[in-house]
Amino acid sequence: MALVEIKNLHKSFGSNHVLRGIDFTVNQREVVCVIGPSGSGKSTLLRCVNLLEQPQEGQVFVRGEDITDPDCHLDAARQQIGMVFQQFNLFPHLNALQNCTVAQTTVLKRKPAEADRIARANLERVGLSEKVTAYPAQLSGGQQQRVAIARALSMDPALMLFDEPTSALDPELVGDVLTVMRKLALDGMTMLVVTHEMAFAREVADRVVFMDGGVIVEQGPPAEVIGNPKEERTRTFLRRVLDPTHVEPTK
Amino acid sequence: MSTTPDTAPRKGLSPRQRAQRSRWIQYAILIALVVVAIFAANWGQIADVFFQPKFIKSAFENGLPEALVKTLEYTAGAFVLGLVGGTVLALMRLSQVGPYRWIATAYIEFFRGLPAIVVFIAFSLLPLAFEGMTIPLDPYGVVWIALGIVAAAYMAEVIRAGIQAVPKGQVEAARSLGMPAGLATRKIVLPQAFRIVLPPLTNDLILLVKDSSLVFIIGTTASGYELTGFGRDLANTDANLTPLVTAGFCYLIITLPLGILVRRLEARAARSR
Repeated sequence: MALVEIKNLHKSFGSNHVLRGIDFTVNQREVVCVIGPSGSGKSTLLRCVNLLEQPQEGQVFVRGEDITDPDCHLDAARQQIGMVFQQFNLFPHLNALQNCTVAQTTVLKRKPAEADRIARANLERVGLSEKVTAYPAQLSGGQQQRVAIARALSMDPALMLFDEPTSALDPELVGDVLTVMRKLALDGMTMLVVTHEMAFAREVADRVVFMDGGVIVEQGPPAEVIGNPKEERTRTFLRRVLDPTHVEPTK
Repeated sequence: MSTTPDTAPRKGLSPRQRAQRSRWIQYAILIALVVVAIFAANWGQIADVFFQPKFIKSAFENGLPEALVKTLEYTAGAFVLGLVGGTVLALMRLSQVGPYRWIATAYIEFFRGLPAIVVFIAFSLLPLAFEGMTIPLDPYGVVWIALGIVAAAYMAEVIRAGIQAVPKGQVEAARSLGMPAGLATRKIVLPQAFRIVLPPLTNDLILLVKDSSLVFIIGTTASGYELTGFGRDLANTDANLTPLVTAGFCYLIITLPLGILVRRLEARAARSR
């Protein structure tokens, strides 16, 4: 059974029709990268998977449960879906460890000692066991993003959503975050990643989804979608991303 | 705009010389005023009326410290009440439920628009209007409630602004971890909001210290006198303003450190941004 199944999803902000009928699944242990130009609706799609955005039409099934149903226990569903944001969104009044324990103790009702142990294990997993007591303001962007990943992992999610996790980072810090994500993929985590890192998508993704204008234009293994795209829109986008200084001969 | 080229020699003073002359004139006016004040005022009388040592001494012996403590107690209790009430009102104003928003807005606009003294006069008349009515913890109960009612209205707006200043991503992060809305507000939003509003809230505390002087409207017994009531009473008895001036200086002892604290907190907030 698919872990996430999306059916005919539509989302508008006012008159701006951002998602125009998305059908899409993510299977267990699958790593899916969503690529596409800005404004194509890829972040909105991701935010609909844990219902941070309420779609106007269509359904989102997580483990077979329709989370767009108003009677669904949304908070319970969200516990299974870890989310990593572009702007990290760490809690600035809590240190790295507390960022990772606050939801464990309050939402999952874990004992403080157990939450502490799990948080430390996850901070070690992202290579930050030295920074347990540091506050977000004392950490670099890359370190903050890795704490954010540890925070999400501490809830033992079945699925991890990444919303352009490296877009707000200085170039030299991107590698650390991508390394953590690559390791996570190797460990068998189901991941849905919105990204501009083509090299990462090509190497780590099981499937690449190209979106443009609120629809999925094409999807498939990275070697096909990035290596040999069928659609003209995909080719145009990839040319711009992979070879930004390229000048069209016709111009 | 002048059309003369910049290289042409100008007549008169250069801008630097003009600024210098203006500064000299300002100093001259200041010195003239000070000289007039020194010679025109009757300093002996002023010292007698406002700063007579024997009345300062008697003020300290006749209950000034107790009055200072009363002022602090009235202010502290009202601040706590205002903080709790203000937080509740701020959350009501941001509620999804319309009537809560309307009630909170009406309350805030009403008590912000009303002079605090009117509220105090109303409270002083309550025992007359409702015969046999008593408010517990006399005299603290009535003072705390009267001051707290007004303070809550002011603080509610400050706290609401603080809650709205917490970035939206914070709530999204909390909700994406499975926190229900109330838990996210308690654990994530409010702690950050209170950090943001600490400086303006301290300003409200300074206002509250001064507003506590309105207590004398309610007419407490002599044992309930705070600084203003005490100063006025003793100034009447002594037929001299020294006790009132002394009481006034006591307010500064409280408010000046708070003012410094506000500036420190603001500087710290500016640094961490």
